[in-house]
Amino acid sequence: MTLFSSIPRALKEALESRNGGASRRDFLKTSGLIVVSFGVTASDAGSLVLATGAEGVEQQGTGPYPDPDFRQLDSWIVIHRDNTATFYVGKTDCGQGTGTAFRQMMADELDIGYDSTSVVMGSTDVTPDQGGSGGSDAIQTDGWPMRRVAAEARRILLALAADRFGVAVDLLSVNEAVVSMTSDRSRKVTYAELIGGQRFDVNLRGRTVNETMGVATVKPVDALRIVGQSPMRFDIPPKVDGSLVWAVDVTLPGMVHARNIKPPVAGAKLRTVDESSVENLPGFIQVVRKGNYLAVVCDREEQAITAARRLKTDWEKPEVAPFPTSDKLFSYMRSVAPMSKFEPEAVGDPEAALAEATTVLKADYDVPFQGHTAFGPAHALADPSNGQMTIYSNDMKAYGMRTGIAEFLEMPRDQVRVVWMEGPQAYGRTAADDAGFEAAFLAKEIGRPVRLQWMRDEETAWDTKGTAFTFSLRGGLDSQGQLVALEYNAQAADYNHVGYNEVPTVLISQLMGTRLAKPNNGRAATPSEMYVIPNRREATQVVSLPRVWETPLRTGNLRDPNGPQVTFASESFIDELAAAGNVDPVAFRLGLLTGTTEDDSGFKRARSIAVIRAAADAYGWDSRPSPKTRRTGTVVSGRGIAYAFRSQTVVAEIAEVEVNRDTGHVWVKRLVCAHDCGLVINPEGLRRTIECGMLHSLSRTLHEEVQFDTEKVTSVDWRSHPSLLHSDAPAVIDVVLVNGDPNPGRSDLPPYGAGETVCKPLIAAVANAIFDATGVRLRRIPFRKERVLAELKAAV
Amino acid sequence: MSKVTLHVNGAEETVDVSPVTPLLYVLRNDLGLRGPKFGCGLGQCGACTVLIDGVATRSCVTRVTRAQGKIITLEGLAKDGELHPVQQAWIDEQVPQCGFCQNGQIMTAKALLDQNPNPTDAEIREGMSGALCRCMTYYRVQAAIKRVAGSMASGGQAVEQEGVE
Repeated sequence: MTLFSSIPRALKEALESRNGGASRRDFLKTSGLIVVSFGVTASDAGSLVLATGAEGVEQQGTGPYPDPDFRQLDSWIVIHRDNTATFYVGKTDCGQGTGTAFRQMMADELDIGYDSTSVVMGSTDVTPDQGGSGGSDAIQTDGWPMRRVAAEARRILLALAADRFGVAVDLLSVNEAVVSMTSDRSRKVTYAELIGGQRFDVNLRGRTVNETMGVATVKPVDALRIVGQSPMRFDIPPKVDGSLVWAVDVTLPGMVHARNIKPPVAGAKLRTVDESSVENLPGFIQVVRKGNYLAVVCDREEQAITAARRLKTDWEKPEVAPFPTSDKLFSYMRSVAPMSKFEPEAVGDPEAALAEATTVLKADYDVPFQGHTAFGPAHALADPSNGQMTIYSNDMKAYGMRTGIAEFLEMPRDQVRVVWMEGPQAYGRTAADDAGFEAAFLAKEIGRPVRLQWMRDEETAWDTKGTAFTFSLRGGLDSQGQLVALEYNAQAADYNHVGYNEVPTVLISQLMGTRLAKPNNGRAATPSEMYVIPNRREATQVVSLPRVWETPLRTGNLRDPNGPQVTFASESFIDELAAAGNVDPVAFRLGLLTGTTEDDSGFKRARSIAVIRAAADAYGWDSRPSPKTRRTGTVVSGRGIAYAFRSQTVVAEIAEVEVNRDTGHVWVKRLVCAHDCGLVINPEGLRRTIECGMLHSLSRTLHEEVQFDTEKVTSVDWRSHPSLLHSDAPAVIDVVLVNGDPNPGRSDLPPYGAGETVCKPLIAAVANAIFDATGVRLRRIPFRKERVLAELKAAV
Repeated sequence: MSKVTLHVNGAEETVDVSPVTPLLYVLRNDLGLRGPKFGCGLGQCGACTVLIDGVATRSCVTRVTRAQGKIITLEGLAKDGELHPVQQAWIDEQVPQCGFCQNGQIMTAKALLDQNPNPTDAEIREGMSGALCRCMTYYRVQAAIKRVAGSMASGGQAVEQEGVE
C-alpha cells in the first residue's frame, strides 16, 4: 500500500521553492519539466523539513511570485514522465476531503486512474486563484472549471495520439491514461509518452476563473466512473502516522518565535511598556509595538511565552464600557435602536391574517455569541528574506491573505505569497487571518522569519465570533389548524462584521488605529426553507454593541453563517405551531410543502418532501403530536425534527434525546440526517462531513457560549468555554443520502454545496426533541444542564 | 539552560534547555517531532498527549526534567514499517476531518486499549473524555476504537506495548 502517494510531490515543491531551488513556476518557464520527476518518499520529505531547520538550508528565492494564469492549461495539470498527473487547484481543504474529491472529478475527466494522480492546493504562486475555501462551494462552483480543464487536457492528449497513429480521434479509446486504437488495442500510447514532462501550451477561455474552459465538454454523469466511489482520503494516513508537515511545523533557519500581548480590557490604550521587565530574560530579542498592537520576540517558543507573560505594561481603560455583560446581552439587544434595518420581505397581509386567526402564537428565541474557537490557536510563519514575504498559513483563504498582506505591508502583490498548509480548522473567518498579518508585520519589522502563535486564552477570547441573535416570531393558525400567517423578526449583534483578510478590519490593523470609513453594516438572516405560507413577513435588523473597534466580540463568518441561529428559531417555532394545532411535526411540515416538478420553487418543495420523508422513514417516525403525554421516571426521551434548504441542498434531521429530569442533563442518543446535495462525489467522505457538521451544531446546542463582563471576555479556555465531549456523542448516527431527484437517471444532475446545510437544523431538532420528551420549550441556547434544570423546574 | 537526556521512541536524546521547559516544546522544536501538538498549554484538550511508560501524559504541562520514563509519540507507534492497529483502524474508519486533534485521540485510545483491551461503550466515552476535537469526529473515533477492540476479541492482532521495551 502506498500510504503517502500524493504528499511528497506537493511538499517537495513547497520545499524546493522555499529553498530557492527549482520551483514549479521555474519549471513552467522552462520546457522539459524535469524537476517534477520526483522520487521522494514520505520519510524523505519529512527529513527534508527537519534538515531545513537543523542545517540552515537557504531561505526562499528572490521571487517575484506572479499569479498562475488560469487561462493556461499548464497552470492546472501536469502529466509526469511516469504517466501520473498532478492537479493544481486554488482551493483548500478544511478536513472534509475536498482534495480527494477534486482528484476524483479531474481524474474522471482526464481518464486516468485515481491512484495515478495527486493534487496541490491553495498556494498562491503555484495554484490558480479560486479563492480558497468557503461557502461550501468547492464542488458546486469550483469543481466545474476543474472538470472542464481536465476534459480539455484529455481532448489534447487524444488529438496528439491521433496524430501519432495517423487516424481520426473517433477511432481511439482511452483508459487509465493509455490511448489505444479501438480496433486494435495493441496499438497504444501512454499520456506520458505523448506529453510527459512537457508543457501543453494550450490557451483556455473564460473571463473569470469560474468560467475557465477549453473546447472539450465534460462527461455526462452516467459516464463518470470515479465520481460516486469512495476512495479513501489521501490526507488521512499522514495525519495518523505523524508524518504530515502542518503549518505549525515549518521551520526556517534563523526563525524566531513571537507572542502577542492583548489589551486586558477591550478598547484599552497602551500607555507604556517597560522593556526592562523582560530584556534580561533568556532568548529575548525584541519588543515590537505599534499603536495598541504589542508583541514580544524571542529565540525559543517557551521563552516568548514567558516574556509575553512577564512584560510590564500600562493600559488606559476606555471611558465607555465596551459591552454589556453576557447576562444582559439579550435585554440590551432588544432595547437599543438598530444600526442597520433591511427592507422586510412580505407576502400577503400577515397583520390582517393574524387578526383573523383562531390561534395566535408568539415566541422569542435567543442565541449568544459563539466562537470559532480553533482547537489549535491561530498561527503563521512569515519569511521576509530576499525582499519577499512568504506566509505559511492554514488560513482557508490563502489568496485573500496574500492580497491583504501585500496591501497592509505596502509591498507589491507579486512579492508576497501564501503557502497554504494543513492546520486546525474552525470553519469561517477565523483568527488565522489575523495571525497571518501579525506574523508578516513582525517579520518585516525585525527582518527575520517569525513564527507567531496565539495562546489558548487569546484564541478563545479574541477569535472572531458567530453572531448573537434575538428573535421574535408570531404565527396564526386557522380553525383547521392550518398555518395562515407568520411574522419573523430577527435582530443580530453583527454591526461591523469583519471580512476575510480585509485590511482595515484585521485585528492588528484595528489595534494600530486603522478604521473603515464606515463600519460594515452586518446582516441578519431569514429562514431558509420552502414552506408555503400565504401571509408572511420577515424583518431583519442589526444592532451594535457600544464598542465596534478593537473588540473581542467582533463577528466574522462562522460555518453556515447565521444558519444555525435562524433555523433554531424558525424550526422551533414551526414545531410550536404544530403542537398548538395538535398535529404531528412531520405531517405539519409536509402540509406546508406541495411539490411539483414544473417550476423551480415546486421542484425545491418536491425535493424537500422527499428528504423529510426519508428522514422519518429512516428513523421509524411514529406519527403523533408532541409532546409525549406520558412521562415517567428520571430519564425521559423524545424525538424532534427540523429541516432546511440552502442554495440547492436539502437537509432534514431528527434527534432522539434523553433528558435527566433530576440533573437537566441532555444526551442526544441518536441522530438521523437525510441529505440531498444532488450528485455525490465521494459518499463516504460526505457521510463523515455530515456527521461532524451535525455534531458541531450539537456542540453549539449544548455547550458553547461566549461569556463576558463589561470589559473583557471571561470564557477563555476549555473549562470556562466548554465544547462537545466524547461523552456527548450519539450512540447512533444514520445518514441517508437521498438525491431526491424526481427525475431519476438524469444525466446532468449537478453537485450542490453539501457541508454547511447540515449545520442549520440540528439545534431546532434537539430543542423539539426536548419538548417532545419533557413538554418544556427551550428558547435559548446553549442547553447546559443548569439551564435545562431551571426551565424544567419553572414549568412544574 | 541545562542538559537533559530523554528516551524518545527508543532513542536517547540529549537537549540543552531550561529545566522548566514543558516537554512539548522540546519534542516539537528540539527533536523535530510533529505528532504532539500545542492546543491549550493547560492540559485540557489532549493535543500534546504522549505516552510515558505507557501512561497517556499531557506534554504541555510536563516539565522536561520530569519526563524521565520511556516516551512514545505518535511517530513511535508504528513498528517495522507497520502502522499500529489503532492507527490502521483510524485509516480504515476514515476518522479525521482536519486531523489536528488526532494525535490526542490516537494516543489516548492507545493507552486506553492497553489498559482495557475490550472496553464497553461507556468505558470508551469515559476513557476518551479528555481528548477534545473541534471537528467533532467523536462518533468515528469511538467506532475506530471498537474496531480495534473487536479485532482483538475475534482473535485478531493484539494491541501490544509497542515500542516500550
